[in-house]
Amino acid sequence: MNAVQIVIQGALLGGLYALFAIGLSLSFGIMRLVNIAHGDLIVLSAYVGLMVINATGMHPIASLVVVMPVMFCLGYLLQRGLLNQTLSGGLLPPLLVTFGLSVIIENVLLEAFGADNRRLQAGALETQSIAVGGIAIGVYPLIVFATAVAAIAGLQLLFYRTALGRAFRATSDDAETAELMGIDNRHLYGLGLAIAMIFTALAGVLMAIRTNFDPAAGPIRLIFAFEAVIIGGLGSLWGTLLGGMVLGIAQAIGAALSPTWQILAGHIAFLIILIVRPSGFFPRTRD
Amino acid sequence: MTAFKVERATRESRAFAVVLVAVVVVLATLPYWGDSGTMRLVSEMAYYLALAQLWNLLAGYAGLVSVGQQAFVGIGGYTLFYLSSQFGVHPLFALALAAPVCVVMSLPMALLVFRLRGAYFAIGTWVLAEALQLCVSLITPLGAGSGMSLTPAIVREIAPDRAGREIIVYWISLAIVVAVCATVYLLLRSKHGLALTAIRDSERASESLGVDTYRTKLLIYVVTAAATGVVGAFIFLQKLRLSPEAGFSINDWTVVVIFMVVIGGIGTLEGPIIGMLVYFALREVLADYGTWYLILLGVVAVVIMLRAREGIWGLVAQRFNLHLFSVRRYLTR
Amino acid sequence: MSLLQTRSLRAFYGDFQALFDIDVTVEEGDTIAVIGANGAGKTTFLRAIAGALPCADDMVIFDGQPIGGRTAHEIVRLGIAMVPEGRRLFPSLTVEENLLLGAHSGRTGAWTLARVYELFPMLADHRGRPATLLSGGQQQMTAIGRALMSNPRLLLCDELSLGLAPVVIRDIYARLSTITNEGMTLIIVEQDINRALDASARFYCFLEGRVALTAQSHGFDRTAITSAYFGV
Repeated sequence: MNAVQIVIQGALLGGLYALFAIGLSLSFGIMRLVNIAHGDLIVLSAYVGLMVINATGMHPIASLVVVMPVMFCLGYLLQRGLLNQTLSGGLLPPLLVTFGLSVIIENVLLEAFGADNRRLQAGALETQSIAVGGIAIGVYPLIVFATAVAAIAGLQLLFYRTALGRAFRATSDDAETAELMGIDNRHLYGLGLAIAMIFTALAGVLMAIRTNFDPAAGPIRLIFAFEAVIIGGLGSLWGTLLGGMVLGIAQAIGAALSPTWQILAGHIAFLIILIVRPSGFFPRTRD
Repeated sequence: MTAFKVERATRESRAFAVVLVAVVVVLATLPYWGDSGTMRLVSEMAYYLALAQLWNLLAGYAGLVSVGQQAFVGIGGYTLFYLSSQFGVHPLFALALAAPVCVVMSLPMALLVFRLRGAYFAIGTWVLAEALQLCVSLITPLGAGSGMSLTPAIVREIAPDRAGREIIVYWISLAIVVAVCATVYLLLRSKHGLALTAIRDSERASESLGVDTYRTKLLIYVVTAAATGVVGAFIFLQKLRLSPEAGFSINDWTVVVIFMVVIGGIGTLEGPIIGMLVYFALREVLADYGTWYLILLGVVAVVIMLRAREGIWGLVAQRFNLHLFSVRRYLTR
Repeated sequence: MSLLQTRSLRAFYGDFQALFDIDVTVEEGDTIAVIGANGAGKTTFLRAIAGALPCADDMVIFDGQPIGGRTAHEIVRLGIAMVPEGRRLFPSLTVEENLLLGAHSGRTGAWTLARVYELFPMLADHRGRPATLLSGGQQQMTAIGRALMSNPRLLLCDELSLGLAPVVIRDIYARLSTITNEGMTLIIVEQDINRALDASARFYCFLEGRVALTAQSHGFDRTAITSAYFGV
């Protein structure tokens, strides 16, 4: 495996990390809520996919047709039913409630599915590769990366070209005034998490084809998402893609040494960015 | 004109102080009338209470919600094991050395994570702990992935016979929890404590009044790190065996501690005590139910955060206007 | 039946009572001014009507319906819009996006984007710029336009003249009269007494959360207001 291949592989992995991060970014951008249970929701999506596949025999990617709407509804209910109540009252309630939620989800999954490693089988897709300029590039990583790009482009369209996007941006700026202009914040926040969950579901299923997962696999995904967001800069979705790519490349370099070094290299890259450029590569000028 | 006085204690807090001293004295005599199982249990309650008071100081008073304190538990443990096995340092002295080691390590860590705010700070501390765990698992002199053990030779340095060792270790756990609680209490009574309460209420307002929030928070972070390190060293002194996973376990050293503080009452000194007692009571009752037990803890913590933010103690204190630890100041004639 | 009526309106910020038994009546098509010193409760009054501050259901009656307990966004849908103190435009949105946002509630009527640009032509010139980069006067016009886009029956204007030059204030009030000539009902809160009285048919003077004085605006002796305004 040569250096170019490592960098490409890492960059493509960045697409998956960007997908992990989208849900976290949206949640923070719109609701100012950092969802500690985010990683567990990614894993939950993978298990929902597993259930759908076991029940219908669908291909994992086809199962998204069911998983995405299911997680959309779950997100809306979760935000309106639980998380909206944490938004007033400072720093502790959202953090501790989502923390509690994280523990609950992990253990419910453990009860329901056991601790065994799982994987979603996508058949030939997993190993196919194409040759570009003499280098073999995996088809699946390419698909995941393309999905991430499409997702971000789609979200940019939503935010800057639609009335709903306008409402999201206004509420993010000034929730109280938005309410005075006729926006129902509670409903909007519900929609915000619902939309975020569409991408969380996407991330979960796509991840589950690539890697083994188990009920405890959530927290590390949260960390990857978080690292991608910080490296890229809070507030910029394209920045998150870049952040994911930097993380992916760092990990790919580390993986050449050992599996432990793979994750550690990612943490080190994150910590270096934190020292050198604490606001990331594409910070938004306003908080 | 009538003169005003500033008083610290109330009738209840004086009575409580007497009760506390009595409890500690009784517990100190446990080796003479209890068995080793009970001593181990009380030790465990003691070190969890210490961890809870420290996390509460950091999160409930300084507003620094850390999900990475397990880093210092691990550092403390490894300090003990490494110094006693590689340099022949007496284990109890090595335990004490966990404090300065954690002070030194916490400074650059603070430099990194203090660049993050709120929930991002929380995750940042978590990342640091994870990174440390991975680093340790790569370092061969620290036993790499499989970890280290305290050899019988080292253990015998504490006391030649097993019974003696158990008693000494038990008394150390009491000493640690009393010292930690006393430190937190004195800190909160001091001007730093006043600064903390002001920061907790409004950081901007306190800065405009001249409170150096950065230094105050840094002080608390470092002090908490040092104390957590000592507690961590003790935990593994008792367990005799240490691995990166055990030393830096978020589930054992952070999740449980956070639940204790939240359920008991965050931001009060009485809260962690209640929380610790509730946790151990639940553990006794639900010991056979594994994951359901954690699910229940999670649900209770969520409900408390939504409905009774000040926890069990907060409800009691509000209802009866009770403050057992005299950290506040009252104006009287 | 009056368009808006408040009955013994009481409002609190936590334990602190800001409004004490406010009785105000506004007829359709009227312009009412609310004047008073800082802290008298004028903004609190508007916020209570707009639903930003909770109060009992029957303390605010709009078009015969009790609306005191409704949320702010529901009240916009019913036909009350606010031009907030300090403009409170959305920095992430352009001028045009801010205006379009005003129409979020879906109320239809005479006020469309085109009509707002007719009323404030300079906004059309700056439609694609981030709203908070405009001058104070232009921002105020954007805020008014944003409120108009919801086609309200009652417009609440909080301190329109705050921080603006006199010539700009004159311009804004001139355009405001265009709106009122078409039948819009207005409640304006102003620190500038002369401006407030010139623009309104009746006025209320607030003092420490209570109505200290109410009268017809036209020809009212300014000196008589002093004691009600300052409480001396």
